[in-house]
Amino acid sequence: MTEQTELTRLTAVATAERIAAGEVSATEVTQAHLDRIAATDDRVHAFLRIDGAGALAAAAAVDGARADKERLGPLAGVPLALKDVVVTKGLETTCGSKILSGWVPPYDATITRRMRAAGIVILGKTNMDEFAMGSSTENSAFGPTRNPWDLSRVPGGSSGGSSAAVAGYQAPLAIGTDTGGSIRQPAAVTGLVGAKPTYGGVSRYGLIAFSSSLDQAGPIARTVLDAALLHQVIAGHDPADSTSIDAPVPDVVAATKAGAAGDLGGRTVGVVRELGGEGYQPGVSAAFADAVSRLESAGAKVVEVSCPHFRYALPAYYLIAPSECSSNLARFDAVRYGLRVGDDGVNGLEEVMSLTRDAGFGPEVKRRIILGTYALSSGYYEAYYGQAQKVRTLIVRDFTAAFEVCDVLVSPTTPTVAFGIGERAADPMAMYAADLCTLPASLAGLPTLSVPCGLSEGLPVGFQVMAPALADDRIYQIAAAVEASYGHPLIDEAPPL
Amino acid sequence: MTTLATLSYDDVVSRYDPVIGLETHVELGTASKMFCGCSTTFGAEPNTQVCPVCLGLPGSLPVANAAAIESTIRIGLALNCDIASWCRFARKNYFYPDMPKDFQISQYDEPLCVDGWLDVAIGGETVRVGIERVHLEEDTGKSLHVGGTTGRIHGATHSLVDYNRAGIPLVEIVTRPVAGIGGQAPQVAKAYVTELRDILRTLGVSDVRMEQGSLRCDVNVSVRRHGITELGTRTETKNVNSLRSVERAVRSEMIRQAGLLDAGDPIVQETRHFQEDTGRSRPGRSKEEATDYRYFPEPDLVPLAPEAAWISELRSRLPELPSARRSRLAEELGAADSDMAAMSNAGVVDLVAATAAAGVPAPEARNWWLGYLAQRANAADVEPADLAITPAQVARVIALVGEGTLSSGLARQVVDGVLESGHDPDQIIAERGLRTVSDTGALTAAVDEAIAANPDVATKVRGGKLPAVGVLVGAVMRATRGQADAQSVRALVLRQLGVRDEQ
Repeated sequence: MTEQTELTRLTAVATAERIAAGEVSATEVTQAHLDRIAATDDRVHAFLRIDGAGALAAAAAVDGARADKERLGPLAGVPLALKDVVVTKGLETTCGSKILSGWVPPYDATITRRMRAAGIVILGKTNMDEFAMGSSTENSAFGPTRNPWDLSRVPGGSSGGSSAAVAGYQAPLAIGTDTGGSIRQPAAVTGLVGAKPTYGGVSRYGLIAFSSSLDQAGPIARTVLDAALLHQVIAGHDPADSTSIDAPVPDVVAATKAGAAGDLGGRTVGVVRELGGEGYQPGVSAAFADAVSRLESAGAKVVEVSCPHFRYALPAYYLIAPSECSSNLARFDAVRYGLRVGDDGVNGLEEVMSLTRDAGFGPEVKRRIILGTYALSSGYYEAYYGQAQKVRTLIVRDFTAAFEVCDVLVSPTTPTVAFGIGERAADPMAMYAADLCTLPASLAGLPTLSVPCGLSEGLPVGFQVMAPALADDRIYQIAAAVEASYGHPLIDEAPPL
Repeated sequence: MTTLATLSYDDVVSRYDPVIGLETHVELGTASKMFCGCSTTFGAEPNTQVCPVCLGLPGSLPVANAAAIESTIRIGLALNCDIASWCRFARKNYFYPDMPKDFQISQYDEPLCVDGWLDVAIGGETVRVGIERVHLEEDTGKSLHVGGTTGRIHGATHSLVDYNRAGIPLVEIVTRPVAGIGGQAPQVAKAYVTELRDILRTLGVSDVRMEQGSLRCDVNVSVRRHGITELGTRTETKNVNSLRSVERAVRSEMIRQAGLLDAGDPIVQETRHFQEDTGRSRPGRSKEEATDYRYFPEPDLVPLAPEAAWISELRSRLPELPSARRSRLAEELGAADSDMAAMSNAGVVDLVAATAAAGVPAPEARNWWLGYLAQRANAADVEPADLAITPAQVARVIALVGEGTLSSGLARQVVDGVLESGHDPDQIIAERGLRTVSDTGALTAAVDEAIAANPDVATKVRGGKLPAVGVLVGAVMRATRGQADAQSVRALVLRQLGVRDEQ
């Protein structure tokens, strides 16, 4: 193993420590990752865009700050892969869609700004399902991403580019976004840690909206501690996002350390009866059960809880998210930016809008826009959108009742391990089922995370932890305990690319 | 459709009852836009007052302007509305290039203010106009259609969009249908908008300039035959850009609809555009093909929940509203209802009050502002308040007339001078030598000279033909270059001729 390759195998924590200690420069670390991407991404296709110059400039700035004896943040100089749904000033941002091809944002998202300020080095923009709609990254307008564990399989979605980049050692950290499971599910099927913070915990300013009441950005990493450190950087109140919570960020780093040290503080863990059993691969169920018993051995009390309304989460989600997206995606109308088709001086405004949207959006995006437009239509609103919001309330109540008897809820993150590319592409309902376990916490706006819990058929299985709003620290504490019980991060078992 | 003979208005109201409703949009005068920090200043270079939020760039998010919410609540309170203790913004979805997000953040079934009223005075009677709702939304940008001859989208070669206006806070004030006002409907509509404008101005929430579009009015009109209780099909007339047009738009639409009904033709529910030059409207978008706006609660904003204590505080801090002020001024100025109505219609109540407050008799102040100054304003096509003369300057002119320094003719010349130069009356008088010749010696000499030069006329006057005296007075006025007071000159001429003035 060359020294450069070794640099890409370090955790974010170890990388930052070595940079801070002067053992390696941020520039060397960044170059090592750029080289790794150059060597592997033709097979993985995790990235839509590499910003080598920007990354090296950011790394040089960290090296300069260190030379000037400035105090460096805990992730200074650590490279990161940024999902292309997050806007970056001066760097093309497409959201995986042809309709935004060539759009260079004139501003940074709040989280982009916070990461830059923390000295995190943005390597480039990662592939994703178009407008974050999908569970496999096959819906990207720019071709699918492959799972580094098995290149014939999907890396999950919609943050599949981010999960593949981290699982493929192209970056130690990535940002994903999660609307119905788009961080947790890709993390689960690539053997990574992926967290969706409490809704409102991380600013959405500069996140291209899919479903405003559900979208949330979060960290993807190879270890729980790396994820916690990134969470700490991006979380916190932002006056530019009205739905951002004005409250202190829970200390997820301390919680991670406590969990890793075996301190479960007498936590009660609730296993959700409705999220398991029939339809779950036996290997997934077995790995999940094993992780629950590990938590029990570590001192957690385990109970079974029932959340009867969770079974309605999927239909409710597929009304709320498309409804909001039908409105959010209206702005892609060829007038101000992005693609413009058919502007030949003959076609009228509406024709140009229509031709552009027809050419610019992929089939899944169109499907959801049509679904949402219908659900919001006069005369159908109450039956669909209104009803879905009521279901959402019932799901929140299920959680509230469950949290009266336990501190966290757990389930498998996905019913199956990574499926094959093309396997579900023609069957939207089978594709939607990949989010079965992740949807309830999304609808309730709760903090939740996926941590690896062993393998099934040689592929990673994810363990989902859910906690009450603003108790993000609990999901890290439990996840760290699960991770510690295996003695090493599961990603170490991934076959070399 | 056959061409219809235009009915007379009297004929229309003798057989039909109008029902009107008004939707008024008011651009608030907040320093920044509704959902971002951009400036709201009118008239800047296109697309210079924009940012990712008001351009609706991907990823941007709105943050509600607290000052705009406060202004809206104050408007609601001034219009006797209930203020919602909890309400939300909603998205109104439709595609239009001047709307950056292709949806407008507005309010739908949960407006900030509901169920109010506004009393307007029409010829001594009071008409209560019900206010259905007052809600807050964002304005759109402005499209400019280029090429072609009409400036309209049809025939244009391309369109330009200016987003400076996009996102400016806009308050929409919607009345309930106003019925039972018969032929007074046009005046009620005008009086309502006038009163509303005065209230908004008093509250200081908007500059309410119809010509700049900061106050915009849509007029809904339907008519039904006398005795029919169900409402007729209504139309909505937009582009009504002056108080006078409000009145004209209602009147012309009543006549148009009555003509169609007389001919047995249906009224099409549609949006019409008022034409300032012809005083008529032409059809716009038909409501039959109207979009379904697919309203739903705006997920990017949190609900508004104004606290009761804050609302009470805003209520207690409301300024004296125009109706209360009018009552007080009527008493202070000793003006009858009809005088107050005349002053109010002319937009000079405050000007008269300020002029009187400068120490001159209120009736004199009123006469000036309703008379000569109103003429000048009318001729210049401006509001009296926009004339380049202050109430203090008017008061000075009135005082000079009162003490005999100026004749009424000279006073007008002084006012003209102020309007032209902006100088004070005393300065104008000094500059132009405009002073009543009251030096009796000089005047007597001029009179004697005129008599001597016109012996025939003098004889006639002496002989009892009094009207002939005008020739002599005219001669004196010419000789004194108009600086003498004509009445005094006449008296002096008669005295010198030994004729008793029987006038």
